[in-house]
Amino acid sequence: MKRRDFLKGCMICGAASSLGISKKAWGSGSFEGYPEGMGVLVDLTRCIGCRSCEAACNKEQQLPEPKVPFDDQSVFEEKRRPTEAAYTVVNRYEQSGGPVYRKVQCNHCNEPACLTSCFVNAYTKTKEGAVVYNSKVCVGCRNCMIACPFNVPGYSYSSATNPVIKKCIFCYDTRLKYGKPPACVEICPQEVLTFGHRNDLIKIGHERIRETPDKYVDHIYGEKEVGGTGWLYLSSVPFDKVGFDNTLGNEPIISNVKEFLGTVPMVLSIWPALFTGFHLLSTRQKGHGDDHGHDAHSKSEQEGAKK
Amino acid sequence: MKTFKAKGVEIVDSLYKDNGKKKWNLMEKLLLGLTPQQYIAQALRNPFNWLLAVIFAIGIPIILGRFIFGLGWVTHSSCDYPWGMFLGFGLFAMVPLSSSGFQLGTTCEVFGRHDFEPIERLGLLNGLLGYLFAVIYLLVDLGQPWRLPYPMVVSFGPAAVLFLVAWHVATYLSVQVAEVSVAFFEWIGFPMGKRGVRKITLGLTVAGIILSTLHQGALGALFTYAPGKVHPLWYSASFQWLHFFVSSLPGGLCMVIAVSTIARKTMAWRCGEEFKDNLDKLTIALAKGASMGLATYLTIKLIAMAHDNKWEYLATGWGQWYMFEIFFGVILPLGLFAYAIRNEKVGIIRFSAFLTVFGVVLNRVNTAMITFNWKLAEREIPHWREAVISVTIFAIYIVVYRFILYRLPILYLWKTADETVEATEGARVPKKAILEEEPVPVGTYRTREERIIPAASFSSLEKN
Ligand code: SF4
Ligand code: SF4
Ligand code: SF4
Repeated sequence: MKRRDFLKGCMICGAASSLGISKKAWGSGSFEGYPEGMGVLVDLTRCIGCRSCEAACNKEQQLPEPKVPFDDQSVFEEKRRPTEAAYTVVNRYEQSGGPVYRKVQCNHCNEPACLTSCFVNAYTKTKEGAVVYNSKVCVGCRNCMIACPFNVPGYSYSSATNPVIKKCIFCYDTRLKYGKPPACVEICPQEVLTFGHRNDLIKIGHERIRETPDKYVDHIYGEKEVGGTGWLYLSSVPFDKVGFDNTLGNEPIISNVKEFLGTVPMVLSIWPALFTGFHLLSTRQKGHGDDHGHDAHSKSEQEGAKK
Repeated sequence: MKTFKAKGVEIVDSLYKDNGKKKWNLMEKLLLGLTPQQYIAQALRNPFNWLLAVIFAIGIPIILGRFIFGLGWVTHSSCDYPWGMFLGFGLFAMVPLSSSGFQLGTTCEVFGRHDFEPIERLGLLNGLLGYLFAVIYLLVDLGQPWRLPYPMVVSFGPAAVLFLVAWHVATYLSVQVAEVSVAFFEWIGFPMGKRGVRKITLGLTVAGIILSTLHQGALGALFTYAPGKVHPLWYSASFQWLHFFVSSLPGGLCMVIAVSTIARKTMAWRCGEEFKDNLDKLTIALAKGASMGLATYLTIKLIAMAHDNKWEYLATGWGQWYMFEIFFGVILPLGLFAYAIRNEKVGIIRFSAFLTVFGVVLNRVNTAMITFNWKLAEREIPHWREAVISVTIFAIYIVVYRFILYRLPILYLWKTADETVEATEGARVPKKAILEEEPVPVGTYRTREERIIPAASFSSLEKN
C-alpha cells in the first residue's frame, strides 16, 4: 500500500468520525442555571396528604383518569413514583411523630442530568427555570430515565406508535410562561408549596429554619444537591427517612461524565499518529507485506483472469 | 455437507466451476453449488435447524407483536428499570464481544503481523455482525426506532455520551462493512471493488481503532450518568470507561476463539487448509493477547477499588456476587490461560475463552441490570416475552453468521482460476437464475445487488 493511499483513507475516516465529536466540547461546559429561575419551596411539615395537587396536575396536564380516585388514601400503602399517567405523586412515610407526606415531581435541576444525557437534545432548561422537553424528537432510548438522580421521567410504554418521555414540566406551557404559579401550587390548601424566585425561596427556607429550629432539619434539600434544583424541600425528619437520597453529593451529574468526555479529543488527536507510527515501524523491515494469505490469491486471481 | 463432499459434489470456492470452464451463477453460489433438492435435504437433516425453527416460530410473532402493541406488551414497562435485556444483554454485551474486528485488523494491517491472516477475516466478520446485531437489539428497544437517524440529522445532543456512541457505532459499522466487503467482492466477482477497498484498508483500520477505543469506553461512561444507581462495586467515575474498554479487549479475542472453535467443529468442510493448520497456533497467540488484556483489566479493577476505597462492600451479598464474577470471569481464565499457554493445551485455552466471554457478558449484565438500582427494594425480573425476543434475535444472529461463513471466503481461501476442481455431476441451474454458459470475460462484471433474501437464511446447512 502506498503511503499516499493510506493518508487518503485515513482522512476520509477521520473526517467522518470527528464530525460526530467536534461539536462535543462546547456541550460539556458547565452551566450555572438562570439567575431569574423560578422554583417551589416544599415544606413537608405542612403537608396533610390530601392529594389535591395530584388531582390538579392531572387536570392541568390532561392526563388519563386514574384507576384509584384522588380522595382514596389507600394509595399510600405503597411508595409510588411519577409515571406517564401521573406527573406528581404524594407518598406517606410513617414516622415516630406521625406520618410525613412527600410530594414527588420533577425537581427542575439547575444542571439537569436528563438534559445532558439526551442524545437528541430533547430537553431545554428555560430561563424561567423549567426543564421541558420536545417529544417530537424523542427517540425513546430512555437514557434520561437512567440519568435522572430522582427517578422522575416516565415513559409512555403503552403507546405503540408514539411512545415518549412524560414528566412534570412546571406547567410551563400553560402557566409558568405567563408568570403564573403551577396548578399544584395554586390548589394546595395547606400552603405547603411556595412559588417564587429560587434565590428568594432559599432565603425564605433558611429563615423558617432560623425561626423554628426545633421544627426543621437544618438543611434545604435541593439547595446544593446535584448542582441545585428548582424545587426545594424543608423537612422535620432526616431527609433519608422520607425517601430522599442523601448520597447524591453536590456535583452535577455531568461532572462524572466529564472525565470521559475529556479523553475524547485526546484519543482523536493522538491515536492516528501513534498507530501510523507503529505501522511504519513494524512494516519497514519486512517490506510491503501485502502478498500473504487472501491477498496472494486475489493477485493471482486477477492475473489468471487476464490471461 | 461432508457426505456431499465425499460424493464429489463441487462446493463453490471460486468464480468458476468445471475446471474453470463455467462461471457459477448467483443462485448456485447461494446454494453452495448444491442442487436445491440437495440443499433442502441437508438443511432438514440438521437437528439444530429444527431447534432454530421452533425458536423462530415462537419468537418472530412476538417480535412483530412488539411493534404492533408497543413496548408495554413485551416488557414490564418499568420506569425504574428503563433498560432491560435488549440493552443490558444485546447492546452492552454484544459490543465488547465484537471488539475483535479492530484488534485483528490492527494486528494484521498496522503491526504487519500477517501470520494472523487466516483468522483476520473471522475477526472482522465477528466484529461486523456483533455490532449489527447490537444495533438490531437497540432498534427493538427504542421507543421509536424509526427516529434512530435523528441524532445524526434532526437534532444534536452533543453533550450526551450516547450521542458519541450513536455516531461512532454508525461510522464504525460502515468501516466494518467496507472491511468485510473484500470477501464479498471476491465471492461475487468484482475485483475492482476489492482493489478499491484494499487501498484504504490501513486508513479504515486506524479509523477502527479510534472509533472502537472511544465507543467501547463510551458505553461504560454511559453509566457515569447514574452514579447513585449502579452499585459502587461496578461503578467508578474515573475508571468506568477504562473498565469497559479494557475488558472488551479479551472479550473480543475470546469471542473469536469461541467462534472459531465452533466453526471448526460444525463446519469443518468449509474451513480452508490454511485455517485448519494454523488454528491451534493462532488460538494460543490470541490467548496470549487475551490474558494480557485480562491482567490489565484485573489490575485497574483493583486500582479503582483502592482509589474509591470500596473494600467494605465486598463483605455484603453484592460483594459475593462481585467476587463470583471476578473469579470466574477474570481470575480463573487468567490462571487457565497461563497454564495452558505454557503447556500448549489448546483445549483448555478454548474452555477458558468461553469462560472469559461469559465473564464479560456477566459484567455488562450486572452493571446494566442485575445490580442497577441496588438501593431500590424491588428487583425487576424481565418479562418472558422480553427474554423470548432476546433469544430469537440471538438465533437470527447465529443464522446470519452461519449463512455468511458458509459462503463468503472467511474461513477458506477463494480459489484462483488456474486451480482445477472436479466437475459437478448434474448441477442444475434453477429456472430463474441467469444462465451464463461461457466463462465471462473480465470487465463484464454484473453488479448484482440482489440482497440475501431472508427466506434463504432459514434454510441452513447440516453439521457435518
Ligand atoms: S395538595 Fe398540598 S397538602 Fe395536599 S398532598 Fe399536595 S402538597 Fe400535600
Ligand atoms: S429531576 Fe430529573 S427529570 Fe427533573 S430536571 Fe432533574 S434530572 Fe431532569
Ligand atoms: S408543576 Fe404542573 S406539571 Fe408539575 S407537578 Fe405541578 S401541576 Fe403537574
